[in-house]
Amino acid sequence: MKKNHIILLAIAAALLLVLPQYLKNYGVYLLTYWLIFVLATMGLNLTVGYAGQKSLGHAAFFGIGAYTVAILLKAGVSWWIGMPLAALLCFVVGLILGFPALRVQTIYLAFATLGFNTAVWLVMRNEEWLTGGTFGINNVARPGLMGLSLDANRPYYYFVLGVTVVMALLLLGLLRSPWGKAFTALRDNPIRAESLGINIRAYTLLAFAIGAAYAGVAGALFASLVQFIEPAPFAVAASIMMYLMVVMGGPGYFFGPVLGAAMGVVVPEWMRDVPGVSEWYLPMFGAAVVVLMVWLPDGLLSLPDRIRAKRASREASAARSAAAAAAKGVKA
Amino acid sequence: MTDFFQLFFSGLATGSIYALAALGFTLLWQAAGTINFAQGEFVMLPAFMMLGFMAMGAPLLVAFLLACLVSVVVLGWAFKKSIVDPLLRFGMMPIVVATIGLSIAMRNGVRAGFSAEAHPFPSLFGDALFKVAGVTVTAADIGTLVFALLIVVGTQAFLAKTVTGRAMQAVAQNTESASVLGINVPRMIFYTFAINAVLACAAALLVTPTYLAKFDMGESLGTKAFFAAIIGGFNNSRGALLGGLIVGVSENLAAAYISPAYKDAVALVIFMVVILFKPQGLLGKKEERKV
Repeated sequence: MKKNHIILLAIAAALLLVLPQYLKNYGVYLLTYWLIFVLATMGLNLTVGYAGQKSLGHAAFFGIGAYTVAILLKAGVSWWIGMPLAALLCFVVGLILGFPALRVQTIYLAFATLGFNTAVWLVMRNEEWLTGGTFGINNVARPGLMGLSLDANRPYYYFVLGVTVVMALLLLGLLRSPWGKAFTALRDNPIRAESLGINIRAYTLLAFAIGAAYAGVAGALFASLVQFIEPAPFAVAASIMMYLMVVMGGPGYFFGPVLGAAMGVVVPEWMRDVPGVSEWYLPMFGAAVVVLMVWLPDGLLSLPDRIRAKRASREASAARSAAAAAAKGVKA
Repeated sequence: MTDFFQLFFSGLATGSIYALAALGFTLLWQAAGTINFAQGEFVMLPAFMMLGFMAMGAPLLVAFLLACLVSVVVLGWAFKKSIVDPLLRFGMMPIVVATIGLSIAMRNGVRAGFSAEAHPFPSLFGDALFKVAGVTVTAADIGTLVFALLIVVGTQAFLAKTVTGRAMQAVAQNTESASVLGINVPRMIFYTFAINAVLACAAALLVTPTYLAKFDMGESLGTKAFFAAIIGGFNNSRGALLGGLIVGVSENLAAAYISPAYKDAVALVIFMVVILFKPQGLLGKKEERKV
């Protein structure tokens, strides 16, 4: 890791720790909201960015996580049991969703996962006995931590921050291990990866399952943050938004989701009550996606790489022409 | 049993509209490797254009022709020039993402700039009812089915019988050999985008009387058109028709006999079964994997 990266990280960490002390209640809530989406899209980044599986069903896992915790809390089960169960359930469902990915790729897979999301959403909306239908589930409690109450927004923020950092470190560890390299090999060329002895069946399924588990944890945190869940935030549109967050930030860049989630949820939420701006945010966001794709198809975080590559090629061509001039001089 | 035939028939009418949108989808895919995620919005926008032209006093058919013209320029030419052309060399997914962005921009742009309400839209065929052998059918259903089938069959005939159409097919099959044979490849690809825009306009003309003109009317239409295209076979334009009709009919029947709440899952279930067992679609040819 380079020196200026470490400095940047230190500044970011300091900001994340200190900032909530100076923010009002709603600001703290918004930061927590952002962290939860960072956590969810981090998982999607593994599936999409590192393993190359085009998944448009991530919000379904997010919703499964949220509903699992909410339903278990209503049944009197502790959050600390509900959350791991939510992650486990998402992991298993993710494994199952991975099976179509063994047969079809790219856009077929995108629509298969999108269809899966529709199905999950229909269950959330129609099965009132389980999910409360469109009325949703009210008064989802927040967890306590070793005797501490996390009911206020500020302590809950620090709790979510802690979970996000731990999950991020786990992901980083995974990506640096041979497993992580296998995921990128799968993305870059599945047939070559297979002939190098990588079990592409297992890795495709795992890419979905681990990504889904991250969404499950994020969903559990989300249910306790907003304390009221209904089907709307887990619809297909939300999955598409999460996909765009990953793509805008930069798929396959570890910090891509941090940036993507800020643009995808924080800015629109922040501007929600500004008249004249709020209704134009989504059209502008859509247009920004189009422009970004045309100018920078690898996402915002590819900008430094792009500049570096440009400079390198300019230097190389300068060196070439200098060499050519020198050769000419010798001939003459 | 008459119920069944009634449902079956109105399902065919809906399905033929899905087929129009799905046909545009497959044509774009074949000729330009483009997956248009904004296909539903490509139907929504002409609906509002027609409403606009009619508000200025044009009769429905004139408004339709004007909307076709504007669509060919905006949804055909400008779409191809500004989004597809620069992105095509990066492969399929950047275009998918860009058209997702485009669909969000169009949908919410209409909502913010025009209206969030549903607007009524006149039907081309009136609302007469007919009784054929005990089965009640509406003039709108018959008109929609006939009109949509004529357009689909007309497009097929154009592709198969005319020199231009055959040149377009040649481009779709093998761009390099087509250009070696002296076919103007960029122009043929533009024609494909133009045809897609006109098909979207026709779909708008037929679907809006029942769906009403609303900013989010394209959302489910686009997805169903895609499902229909895959079910029928993505690399075969006859597949779009078959897929559209299958989706329309089975949706209608499932809503009546199984559960209206899960109607939207029907296309999805058929789609999943098809891609798991015959990923190339019912009428499609198999494509080999390349290293």
